[in-house]
Amino acid sequence: MKKILALAFLLPALAWAAEEGPVLDHAPVDLNDKASLQHGAAIFVNNCLSCHTASLMRYQRLEDLGLSAQQIEKNLLFTTDKIGDTMSPPLDPNVSKAAFGVVPPDLSLIARSRSPDWLYTYLRSFYHDPKSKTGWNNEVFPNVAMPNVLWEEQGTQALEVSARIDEATGDRIETRKLVLETPGRLGRVGYDRYVGDLVNYLVFMSEPAQRERKLWGIVVLFFLSAFAVVAYLLKKEYWKDVR
Amino acid sequence: MAAHEKTPVTGAGPFNGVLTWVDQRFPLVALWKEHLSEYYAPKNFNFWYYFGSLALLVLVIQIVSGIFLTMNYKPDAHEAFASVEYIMRDVPGGWVIRYIHSTGASFFFITVYLHMVRGLMYGSYRRPRELLWLFGVVIYLALMAEAFFGYLLPWGQMSYWGAQVIVNLFGTIPFIGEPLAVWIRGDYNVSDATLNRFFALHVAALPLVIVGLVAAHIMALHEVGSNNPDGIEIKKNLDPRTGTPVDGIPFHPYYTVKDLFGASVFLLVFAVVLFFTPEMGGFFLESNNFIPADPLKTPLEIAPVWYFTPYYAILRAIPPVLNSQFPGVLVMGCAVLIFFALPWLDRGNVKSIRYRGPRWKIAFAAFVLSFCILAYFGVHPTNVWGAFPKEWPVVGGDYIAVWTARVLTIVYFFFFLGMPWYTARDRAQEKPEPMRVTW
Repeated sequence: MKKILALAFLLPALAWAAEEGPVLDHAPVDLNDKASLQHGAAIFVNNCLSCHTASLMRYQRLEDLGLSAQQIEKNLLFTTDKIGDTMSPPLDPNVSKAAFGVVPPDLSLIARSRSPDWLYTYLRSFYHDPKSKTGWNNEVFPNVAMPNVLWEEQGTQALEVSARIDEATGDRIETRKLVLETPGRLGRVGYDRYVGDLVNYLVFMSEPAQRERKLWGIVVLFFLSAFAVVAYLLKKEYWKDVR
Repeated sequence: MAAHEKTPVTGAGPFNGVLTWVDQRFPLVALWKEHLSEYYAPKNFNFWYYFGSLALLVLVIQIVSGIFLTMNYKPDAHEAFASVEYIMRDVPGGWVIRYIHSTGASFFFITVYLHMVRGLMYGSYRRPRELLWLFGVVIYLALMAEAFFGYLLPWGQMSYWGAQVIVNLFGTIPFIGEPLAVWIRGDYNVSDATLNRFFALHVAALPLVIVGLVAAHIMALHEVGSNNPDGIEIKKNLDPRTGTPVDGIPFHPYYTVKDLFGASVFLLVFAVVLFFTPEMGGFFLESNNFIPADPLKTPLEIAPVWYFTPYYAILRAIPPVLNSQFPGVLVMGCAVLIFFALPWLDRGNVKSIRYRGPRWKIAFAAFVLSFCILAYFGVHPTNVWGAFPKEWPVVGGDYIAVWTARVLTIVYFFFFLGMPWYTARDRAQEKPEPMRVTW
């Protein structure tokens, strides 16, 4: 119990240090871009769902992206799934645990627990690391158990660390840079767009109602503004004889 | 029989008959007059006087949205997290109900804090309103408990570990602490048993307590009458013809229409948050709470929700004594409970900030500032302002924010404990109160 308290007091300090990690790139999220979202959904189903789950997300909800039930069933469903099912594990969690050392996290809410920018940078920051178990490592999430699944699209990167001594202060300044070793199928710009579409989809999946939410918000604000004007005039009318 | 002596209801058109029937069996007209049409409120209420009725509005919003949430929520450690997401995804309109409730929780504290500042500014806790103030402080305590119990229910990482830390605060009490913490949790850890009882307390016990206390709060208010920005008693100046206060106006229709306008502006702000930024940058909904509770994995950062952070900063500022955090817990508890003593600490002649002397004004400004800065510290790690140089005496190597929080804790308590002294000294420099209310 005391340990938990101590943890509560001590850990924020560590968290602060951890936050000063790599600079995150801005993710190109646009929930009105149906083509991007559909593309992202396809990437997600074909790559991520091999190991991860999205147990809170129903395939049927992809209809919000402008897909018909037939299109979803034909292109995005695994053979055993029904359209009303959630995106549940094709892989036994114990198998993946044996392979990677951890159960791959459920991705339903990943864009809300991690930020879209984090995901966008993370998925583009894998590099070859012969010391790691999978042969891969990541600048944003050091020693992550996940290998670079999308290496065929991205190509392979290597980490280049150069250090120099600042002459004024005598401090050692380290520069870490990811460089492309072998080019992938999509090229740099193409891969950025590819990951951008995937992250866009992850943002959609973390809260499928959010586009609807903003549309309703505009309607509600219009109504309340009109209501406020009427209420103000009513108040003025009643109060004109006070004083 | 009294029923025959009551005069029939007039002025309600076709409803006169039915209202007369009801009034002869229930004090309908008497209640209406006492609390609305013939309750005289000072005519000079300003901006700060909206927040009482707004807090009542938020209470209603929370109860109604809460009822709909319970229809789909499952208080079960295996199902709670998914059931919240089920509400967000599969229940028609579920997301709006859930966001109303989560946004409402924070807005409840915003309105209550502003309502309390109003009371401090205009001396609304002073005689004859001491009991009214005491009811208010109990509501504040009940609200904190309600928020704490409710925050566990989504069963995310922050829910779980926040509850773990707060229950452990009770565990620091010497001798009875550990059994007390087990009694609260119903287990040795926060678990399914804890979730079940917190659910019961959140949806049944505390709402009943709060509604009852709010009724008592309003009855006490209507017994003594509302204070006003001048802090003078309008009941002392009655119109000889009507016997009603010359500076008073009937609550209905004047303040019902004014509060209607206030409510519409409030709801506009509420809707902006609800529809466009329900997470409010992590202050209303924390990103860690979108990860299901995992008793084996402590999150890197455990911070309470923003409305508890001033007290959390005070807790962290107090160093442990004999390896026990209890002194910090005790000081934190006192920081909340000291509001009870306020009516008996103030020895000024005037009530309102408008006529107060300089010492009170400085102490009040310092108090508000310390509360806000402590809230800021509470949401940041203790190293947020860095550390003092190692070679400095006493504070060397310690975090600047921790020492600042210690100073601010003293400022916070000085506002209360120094009050008998500085308000008495202030008397000579107070401004005279006017005879009639001013705008």
